[in-house]
Amino acid sequence: MHFPPDHFRTTAPPRRITGSEMIWDACVTEGVSILFGHPGGAILPAYDALAIYEAEGLLHHVLVRHEQCAAHMADGYARATGEVGVCVATSGPGATNLVTGIATAQMDSVPIVCITGQVPSPLLGTDAFQEADIVGVTQPVCKHNYLVTDVADLPMVMKEAFYIARKGRPGPVLVDVCKDVQIAEGEFRYDMEVKLPGFNPYPAAWQDALADAADLINAAEAPLIMAGHGIHLAGMSDVLLRIVEKAEIPVVTTLLGTGNITETHPLSLGMGGMHGEAYANEAVQACDVLIALGMRFDDRITGRLDRFAKQASVVHFELDKAEVGKNVQPDVAVVGDLAETLPALEPLVHPNTHTEWLASLTDRKLSSASKDILTFELDELVPPFIMRQIWSETTNLRDPGDVLVATDVGQHQMWESQYFVHERAGQLLTSGGLGTMGYGVPAAMGAQMARPDKLVWAIVGDGGFQMTMQELATIQQEKLPVKIAIINNGFLGMVRQWQQFFHDKRYVGTPVLSPDYVMLAAAYGIPASKVEEPGQVAEAVRAANTTDGPYLIDFQVKEEVNVYPMVAPGAAVDELIRRPHIVQDHGGVVPAF
Amino acid sequence: MKHILAAWMRDRPGVLNRVTGLLSRRNFNIDSLQVSASEETGISRMTFEVNGDDRTLEQVRSQLIKLVDVTRVESFVQEAIVKRELALVRVAVGPEERRQVLDLIQVFRATVEDISRTDMLIQIVGRQEKIDSLIGLLRDYHLLEMVRTGPVAIVRSAVANVESEPVLEPAGDTWQGGGV
Repeated sequence: MHFPPDHFRTTAPPRRITGSEMIWDACVTEGVSILFGHPGGAILPAYDALAIYEAEGLLHHVLVRHEQCAAHMADGYARATGEVGVCVATSGPGATNLVTGIATAQMDSVPIVCITGQVPSPLLGTDAFQEADIVGVTQPVCKHNYLVTDVADLPMVMKEAFYIARKGRPGPVLVDVCKDVQIAEGEFRYDMEVKLPGFNPYPAAWQDALADAADLINAAEAPLIMAGHGIHLAGMSDVLLRIVEKAEIPVVTTLLGTGNITETHPLSLGMGGMHGEAYANEAVQACDVLIALGMRFDDRITGRLDRFAKQASVVHFELDKAEVGKNVQPDVAVVGDLAETLPALEPLVHPNTHTEWLASLTDRKLSSASKDILTFELDELVPPFIMRQIWSETTNLRDPGDVLVATDVGQHQMWESQYFVHERAGQLLTSGGLGTMGYGVPAAMGAQMARPDKLVWAIVGDGGFQMTMQELATIQQEKLPVKIAIINNGFLGMVRQWQQFFHDKRYVGTPVLSPDYVMLAAAYGIPASKVEEPGQVAEAVRAANTTDGPYLIDFQVKEEVNVYPMVAPGAAVDELIRRPHIVQDHGGVVPAF
Repeated sequence: MKHILAAWMRDRPGVLNRVTGLLSRRNFNIDSLQVSASEETGISRMTFEVNGDDRTLEQVRSQLIKLVDVTRVESFVQEAIVKRELALVRVAVGPEERRQVLDLIQVFRATVEDISRTDMLIQIVGRQEKIDSLIGLLRDYHLLEMVRTGPVAIVRSAVANVESEPVLEPAGDTWQGGGV
């Protein structure tokens, strides 16, 4: 069977097809080419119909080993491309396994569409085999969701699902399709207009506030920009850079905002927040105008709210009105799409210099660097050293713009954000909001599927990796050249660090046994190496980067190493736990870990 | 402080669940909630009371309007609305006390909906305080059973007194169809 040339245009003539075919026709028409999923009884008709789309080269299905990873892969795909990622699962356990991935995407505003099979509509509510009310389950963790019980509704539901997922602040949408709907035939057309009277995600009335915002910014003597994920989502890095340079305003980023401005730029202060460098947080507490762009004042960036930037006037540019005043009440709020509001702001911002302010930041930066940032003449294998080595070796080989990094959650995630030199927005894929362990490997896989041209690294801990390491099989099945670095310290490191700092070193539940990862990789046919000495790092990274295919490195790092600096939960962002230093017998001072 | 809000939403399966789920997971303190048809076919109207400061009110409105099925949210200034509740109260009243209770009912402009040798079913419509005080008085008798609605509310002279635009939205604009 061949599809006629105009089959997947939105203007293609209406045709009578099955619900299953409607799902895939909609996906292809929406520009989807890769599906991440796992089949099962209630989604079987849809999988059956998929055969022809695969044979025609229109859709490629990636079989995951756990549905959570299907959602994470769709998420990685979406973050790497800006397009909607699609995952597929069956009813009941298949669908509930998606939930963590959906919640991850929701917290970080990632557009994915999740298609789940559901028991036949006559069986709904009967506790049928593999029945779960996934619409009810996912309601709090997705942007919107649908249960489809009538094939006539399916074309519009699919169209709305993609529309809602990508429009405004992106997010996950779930479409639960009863098995009988997949089998039933109906008329399919895709030229209809989406009419959602309750969904107008682009506030129009931001112009009035813009002048006030510009006035505050122009009058500031010590302005500071805090740039979040919204900059990347709106594709506004260039405009941000022009504003920053024109008015000489330093920039702190959030975790998901890393790379919004290249971190080698003299006005970049790197990441702020719980594990941001001290000078970045000190800048927040010293600025007179804080310009928050596309971010939501998460507690990890603000620390104790009633002590956060109290001296500063706050200007908040944000698309989602519900984020304005939720945690921090701004003096001026510009509620609108950053793709409109920032270009409109640019001409209103006066060229300016802030010599004195920047000099004070440089002083802070130097003191912070000598205190917290590790230099690398160490004879022990510590993670910051590895992070810098991976970055430098990889960017020796490839343009930094060609490198994507996905991380799990924990210490290695923070070291990555501190010691990699992010050059552009979207380079780092990480679960910032939900903090999902096990995210790194599947997200890297989704990103690699989407961007075969990129060199994709997954930086994970030994804890998180063991949550989703079954996907090594998928890596091999799909021949994905993903490079995996396991920062293996034998602990759930970040939890252990909290136990050390706040629970008198009672390491309950945090020591982790690992398998021999080199043997494990070998079992999947993936080349791997073990690194135990600092001298072996560069070679292993080079081997990974030059291997044509996947590669895994088990970095057996020093066990009890902490991430510094740290803002303790409930502390203000300038009340940092700084890196301790040890005075040696001969008078030398060395950093402690 | 107590605020009264009205939300209009598409009459779809599960929409009530979406709204109440949102309110509970966002930790908003709701005192009462009423759902009914609205003047527009296919659109339900929900009236509810929220306890909290102005910022809480703003958050409730901003979060509610994000729901795809919610088409409009308004909050009301207490003085500018007509607000009514209804209660049905069954009281154990024998023939000898009936006269006294009927006198009470008359004062409160309540009605007797059903009567038997042993009890009386009373309906009262009005503001919350009025209903509270009648029920208080009826407690002197044996109050057998009671059901009451939360308030429903409507603006006195349309639009003029509605505080329908949020703090950060321009005046004159109704607050409709948000959601990101």
